[in-house]
Amino acid sequence: MGYAYYPGCSLHGTAKEYDMSSRACLDFLGIQYRELPDWSCCGASSAHSVDHTLAVSLPARNLTLAEQMNLPLMTPCAACYSRLRGAHHALRSDPGLAKKVLTVLGSEYKGRYEPLSILDVLYQYGPEAVGEKVTKKLKELRVACYYGCLLLRPPDYAKFDDPENPGKMERLVETTGASAVDWPHRTECCGASLSLSDTKLVVSLATSIVDMAVRHGAECIVTACPMCQANLDMRQRGRTKLPVYYVTELLGLAFGLEPKRLGLTTHMVNAISLLRAKQLA
Amino acid sequence: MNHLNLSRYEGEWLSFAQTVEAEGGKKVLSCYQCGKCSAGCPLSFAMEQQPHQVMRMVQLGLSDRALQSPTIWRCAGCFTCTTRCPRGVDIAGVMSALRVIALARNVRTSRRAQAFHKVFLSLIKRYGRINEFELVVRYKLASMNLFQDLDLGLRMFMQGKLKPPRGIAGVRQVRALFRHEKGGGKRSGLRLLPGLQLTRHREGV
Amino acid sequence: MIRVGVFVCWCGSNIAGTVDVGKVAEEAARIPGVVHVEQNKYTCSDPGQDSIRKAIKEHRLDRVVVAACSPRMHENTFRKCAASAGLNPYLVEMANIREHCSWVHSDMSVSTPKAVDIVRRAVAKVKRCVPLHPSTIPVEKRALVIGGGIAGIQAALDIAEAGYDVTVVEREPTIGGRMAQLDKTFPTLDCSSCILTPKMVDAASHPGIRILTYAEVEEISGYVGNFEVRVRKRARSVDEARCTACGICILKCPTSRDSEFNMGLGTRKAIYMPFPQAVPNKPTIDREICRHFTAGKCGICQKVCPSGAVDFSQEDQVLTEKFGAVVAATGATQFSVEVYGEYGYGRYPDVITGLELERLISSTGPTDGKIRRPSDGKIPKTVVFIKCVGSRDENKGYPYCSKACCMYTAKHAILLKEKIPSASAYVFYMDVRAGGKDYEEFYKRSQEMGTRYVRGRVSRIYPLDGKLIVQGEDTLLGERVEVEADLVVLAAAMVPQPDAPEMARKLGISYNQYGFFSEAHPKLRPVETNTAGVFLAGTCQGPKDIPETVAQASAAAAKVISLFAKSELSTNPNVASVDESLCSGCLWCSNVCPYKAIEEKIITERAGKETVTRTVASVNTGLCQGCGACTVACRDGAMNLLGFTNEQILAEVEALCL
Repeated sequence: MGYAYYPGCSLHGTAKEYDMSSRACLDFLGIQYRELPDWSCCGASSAHSVDHTLAVSLPARNLTLAEQMNLPLMTPCAACYSRLRGAHHALRSDPGLAKKVLTVLGSEYKGRYEPLSILDVLYQYGPEAVGEKVTKKLKELRVACYYGCLLLRPPDYAKFDDPENPGKMERLVETTGASAVDWPHRTECCGASLSLSDTKLVVSLATSIVDMAVRHGAECIVTACPMCQANLDMRQRGRTKLPVYYVTELLGLAFGLEPKRLGLTTHMVNAISLLRAKQLA
Repeated sequence: MNHLNLSRYEGEWLSFAQTVEAEGGKKVLSCYQCGKCSAGCPLSFAMEQQPHQVMRMVQLGLSDRALQSPTIWRCAGCFTCTTRCPRGVDIAGVMSALRVIALARNVRTSRRAQAFHKVFLSLIKRYGRINEFELVVRYKLASMNLFQDLDLGLRMFMQGKLKPPRGIAGVRQVRALFRHEKGGGKRSGLRLLPGLQLTRHREGV
Repeated sequence: MIRVGVFVCWCGSNIAGTVDVGKVAEEAARIPGVVHVEQNKYTCSDPGQDSIRKAIKEHRLDRVVVAACSPRMHENTFRKCAASAGLNPYLVEMANIREHCSWVHSDMSVSTPKAVDIVRRAVAKVKRCVPLHPSTIPVEKRALVIGGGIAGIQAALDIAEAGYDVTVVEREPTIGGRMAQLDKTFPTLDCSSCILTPKMVDAASHPGIRILTYAEVEEISGYVGNFEVRVRKRARSVDEARCTACGICILKCPTSRDSEFNMGLGTRKAIYMPFPQAVPNKPTIDREICRHFTAGKCGICQKVCPSGAVDFSQEDQVLTEKFGAVVAATGATQFSVEVYGEYGYGRYPDVITGLELERLISSTGPTDGKIRRPSDGKIPKTVVFIKCVGSRDENKGYPYCSKACCMYTAKHAILLKEKIPSASAYVFYMDVRAGGKDYEEFYKRSQEMGTRYVRGRVSRIYPLDGKLIVQGEDTLLGERVEVEADLVVLAAAMVPQPDAPEMARKLGISYNQYGFFSEAHPKLRPVETNTAGVFLAGTCQGPKDIPETVAQASAAAAKVISLFAKSELSTNPNVASVDESLCSGCLWCSNVCPYKAIEEKIITERAGKETVTRTVASVNTGLCQGCGACTVACRDGAMNLLGFTNEQILAEVEALCL
């Protein structure tokens, strides 16, 4: 079995540490995966603002490629997750649109597997089973799990967890021995999609999210979205700066993997010094 | 005297709502103006017109106002509104439908956001994937916003996060998706594509 | 020779607007057996009916077809009209050319021939009609009221006052229902228990009323005038006759759990009375938690009881009794507001529901009437009320309006100001629905006392530094607003009881998509159901406030009383009938009969020279509702529904298809 692995554009660029740490964790846990050959961009930030059909057809190409491999498609990127699931949903519920899109692609789409997030895959592996593989407990690390938007909303098709009160990321993170703080802004939007075009606004959003995490005693933020990570990492301007980790970076650390192999050295807010101070790296 | 004359908009009363629905914004007429969308919107503090007010414009057929409203470009697409709407209206979907229509009708309000989307799609068309390096550079050229984030860009470049672009083998198939939009149904993306040509590249990689 | 008269109705423009009525009449005249045709603008009007009577006499008609509206609308009208002209009413047939034809078509060239076909069908059937005669059944003049809330109490009192015996079955250990939980009532602010308890006591002491508490209806069979009902009276483990209600058992009981009456805001013992004015004023042992029943230990209550009333060996009693009428007054419950993750009910203790606030205001409540917030017992300074939580929300709750919340929220804001004058109250609302006598004035009173009404829904609540941050929108300002609250009260929707569909099945009545029981007609038969003899009172039929509930309860009682005023009822003669000569006695019909109306019967007959006995089916015409299931199941074609015989239906099919 296994999965078709869809990194998406960001993981080949600004979010390369997410790609590195995702592959490292999957390899370590022995979860089989193959990169989707010749994958293309899902159109994430823009297609849906420009053309309704394009927003479905761009991800559809990748869905059909995965179906040809007869494997469920899995992606670490929350934005790709959202677009892929949205397209999967549209292809299955709108026959007219499906026909139009699939004719151009020259393929069929039965949609046997729902596209998954890497968090789904880890969760299916089981938090307990993940916990058993932990060799280095991240004790005394107080973590604010940040879900952002696209893993949870719209709940029609993004069904990773309860849209208002999720808890799966906390359960995964707590298997490392870290403690997840209870804080209110776990699902607030950080405005990442406006990061380039409306930078001032986004700074205020990112800063208020990080400040709220600080107020609730968090020492770092954990996320599963390259847009959120980059945005919070780059745009926070609060007095206390928090490093923003990918879930897979913390898990990899707890599995005893090398920080460098996980990409921890390429963050904007220093991601190593907190770990050093806690003697975790 | 200076009342907004609703009678003048009777022609667009239903037709505009239908246009918006055809672009993926569902159940526009179900909105009962409770404001829950605006209440939860992370960006409504920075919007002159609140999301529910834009919904109202759509309901009344005030298409010009709705399409010119900067609100539709401020929307970050976080779907908080859609998730919580008690009437099951996909407000975020309506916002993106309005963006699609605004681009197609060449309504130029938020040039930066529009430039971003155009550059973004032109890159997909060119390479099949997004190259963030080229995305940022081209966006900055298009938006005349050259110096912002220069320091961040430099650091990323040093970290090997910004790499030169490479196309995928199936780029022709990806382009076909765009061509299909051109040739496709009567309300396809065709009308926005002249905009795309602003950043047109030589074909091939 | 059969002589059919056809009366084609215009129904103003309802039919004549889309159907060429003249053409229909012309075609009808050509159908064999039809000897008279006429058109009327409104056949149901007095002149219209007169013309039918006149034609029956003048043209010696022995069958009548009225081509007009649905038989549900006017079949009865025309049957009575025919009867008054001396014709058996079951020799009248309706041809529905309105609902089935003119209303669903716009093209006259389509609808006219269709109307002709419909008339042809009716003529084919009516020619095979035979005179039918209703029989009569006796009426058991005792009423059953299910539910002992204010609706059930009021209905029981009214029926008993008319001189008929009533039994009230209540599943809780006391009557009183939701109203007993309320502190004050709008718009007069009189104390709920002060007006309810006298009624409870009246009901308990009325010689015509028997109250069975801690009891549930298990099964209902039979039919109007003759229901047979099985009731399970659960073991209270306390001998009601011996108990003096001294309360020492409750005092000494070591086990407790969340009090249902106090909405989980306080506790009650394993042996308990829900509230001090409970009727009957006798304790009940909750066997789920009582240590005697769970662990075989304890028994303290038995030891301390001075009158020896505690009886652990008591068993459930099952009673089977006959009743002539049933009033369903099973009430409603509160929406589970936990589904609003964004409001955090269940996670944040200071987010409560309206009913919980009632208990916090009530002097018999867990805080002795002092409004204290659940988390730390502090007196709240800022209280936010959120309306329509679960109501008017098809995404997370129900699309309907719960009707009472606007007024009870206004009441809560007023009571808050009375109890804590320095407190501020915010009400987030979408519309204020104050349609009712003195309601708008009451809303105004709440505004003038300083309640801040904010028009808009709340999107989210989260705790921060001991406060609840309430984020909403003021749609009138067009601005996002935030309130730092100490307590948030959600006006939870009024929703059907979770077991309402099950109760509806027991009663043989229908319910709507949400689970509220359906009335026979939304305007003209609001307290009757489609099952004769079963009536509705209170919130089991839809959201209501107290005045409306009481009015409906009295209306249901009036219906029961008018039923009981007759000594016998006539039955519908459209029932199943067996042709014993064809019946093979397989009794498959009895398997499919939903009303248990078919029994087996042994008959003796001569076959040649021998005498044989054999089994055949036999229909109890009192129980048969004329559904026709048996006629379809019968392999021998021996079963027929009178008025809808196999022969008649085949003739109709032929008329339409050949």
